[in-house]
Amino acid sequence: MSKVIDGLMYQESHEWLKKVSDDEVLIGITEFAAKELGSVVFVDLPEVGDELTAGSDFGAVESVKAASDLTSPVSGEVIEINEDLVGEPELVNEDAFNAWFIKVKISNPEELDVLLSAEQYKKLI
Amino acid sequence: MEKIKQTCLHEQHLLLNAKMEEFAGYDMPIVYDNIKSEHIAVRTNVGIFDVSHMGEFFVRGTDAERFVDHIFTNCVIGKEGGSVTYGMLCYENGTIVDDLLVYKYNSEEFLLVVNASNIAKDYEWVVNQTGDFDVTVKNVSDEYSEVAIQGPKAEAVIINLLGIDLRYLQFFHFGTFQFHNCQVLISRTGYTGEDGFEIYSDTSAIRDIWKIFMDAKITPCGLGSRDTLRFEAALPLYGHEISDEITPLEAGLKFFTKIDEENDFLGKTALLKQKEAGLTRRVVGIEISKMAIPRAGYKVFVGEEEVGYITTGYLSITLNKPIALAMINRPYTKKGTEVQIQIRNKFVTGFVRNKKFLNKNYKTEEL
Repeated sequence: MSKVIDGLMYQESHEWLKKVSDDEVLIGITEFAAKELGSVVFVDLPEVGDELTAGSDFGAVESVKAASDLTSPVSGEVIEINEDLVGEPELVNEDAFNAWFIKVKISNPEELDVLLSAEQYKKLI
Repeated sequence: MEKIKQTCLHEQHLLLNAKMEEFAGYDMPIVYDNIKSEHIAVRTNVGIFDVSHMGEFFVRGTDAERFVDHIFTNCVIGKEGGSVTYGMLCYENGTIVDDLLVYKYNSEEFLLVVNASNIAKDYEWVVNQTGDFDVTVKNVSDEYSEVAIQGPKAEAVIINLLGIDLRYLQFFHFGTFQFHNCQVLISRTGYTGEDGFEIYSDTSAIRDIWKIFMDAKITPCGLGSRDTLRFEAALPLYGHEISDEITPLEAGLKFFTKIDEENDFLGKTALLKQKEAGLTRRVVGIEISKMAIPRAGYKVFVGEEEVGYITTGYLSITLNKPIALAMINRPYTKKGTEVQIQIRNKFVTGFVRNKKFLNKNYKTEEL
């Protein structure tokens, strides 16, 4: 059974989102998603400064076998990417909830309201 | 919808906690532990694959040799009994029905080993070509199970674990051996670019062999590593490098046809015509300069012009760099040509190269 952390927000496509300040969030993929993918060999991340729209793809996480698109739960600007994942993509398998992909300055906080709670996400997996 | 089939080793895969997926109508193991370690086991040591989903047809009769030579791109006339030949079946228009191995027992008996995904289509097609030939075609796919034992230590572990001496079995040859009161067919063939063997028998012998290998801690390998291994060796996969829209010449498999020889075969006229007119596209290798992984289906551009598509691509486990096979329009098939691969919303630069990503490690010396 995969771990799901209380207090984070989730979406059906298995991304988690963590609020780190009023308008900044970290986005990663869940442990369930990491297990399903198998060994992650590459994480294709956007550039700092890229503008994201909720529901659109911002990159991909790739196992040996396939690439899975990453879908942004929110709109806003990418203000940081996790450089550690560039050299060590396996961190996603080791600790999915610490291996955040991008930090986003959100432009529409209302988008957070439609995301799933830990309880709701647990029912999906 | 038809029920998903299981191989005779299905229960063993579940016990090993394999990740299972439907492939060609079978519930097959994709990966047991991880694809990389399974891949490396085969490159450096040995691994065992359940490939019981493969299809087997017997062609028997006084015209068997003439018939197989008629439907098969490669030559079987004059080959000795106990030889295995790789080649394809082609439609009249030169595109590929399937690729297969042909096992020649003698001029009146052949075993055709075809792709699981094409069994029904191939059987119908082969039977439809029999016409006036004195042959019978029998689909024995459900009676035959198969394991592949691949890697530089394959010969040694089979000798040790099964007590079958294969030292004198030459590359692309087969023999029948006694094992636990069963007949097993073993060929020195495979789909990994390494030395190795494919063993065909009934379910009880294959189950026994699997158990002996598991007890000896030989690495079980799934279809995931089967694909990464065959890809690095630039071996084609039906539906990717070859298909019913691609000819052997376009796939770079002319060597496995007899178009320059006298023997006729189905599709030959079309292939000769294509050769004369000149190919318009061909499967090539592509190497990428930065870290990005080209996947099957991604589009390839030169400037604004779409010039082809990726047929298979991976971050190569052996070479640790992204490489791909791609179907590219002429004249962009020339080595060193700079191309742009569309990977999601980005364009990544790559270069056309030969398909020889790594040296094959076959045991081809005369024994």
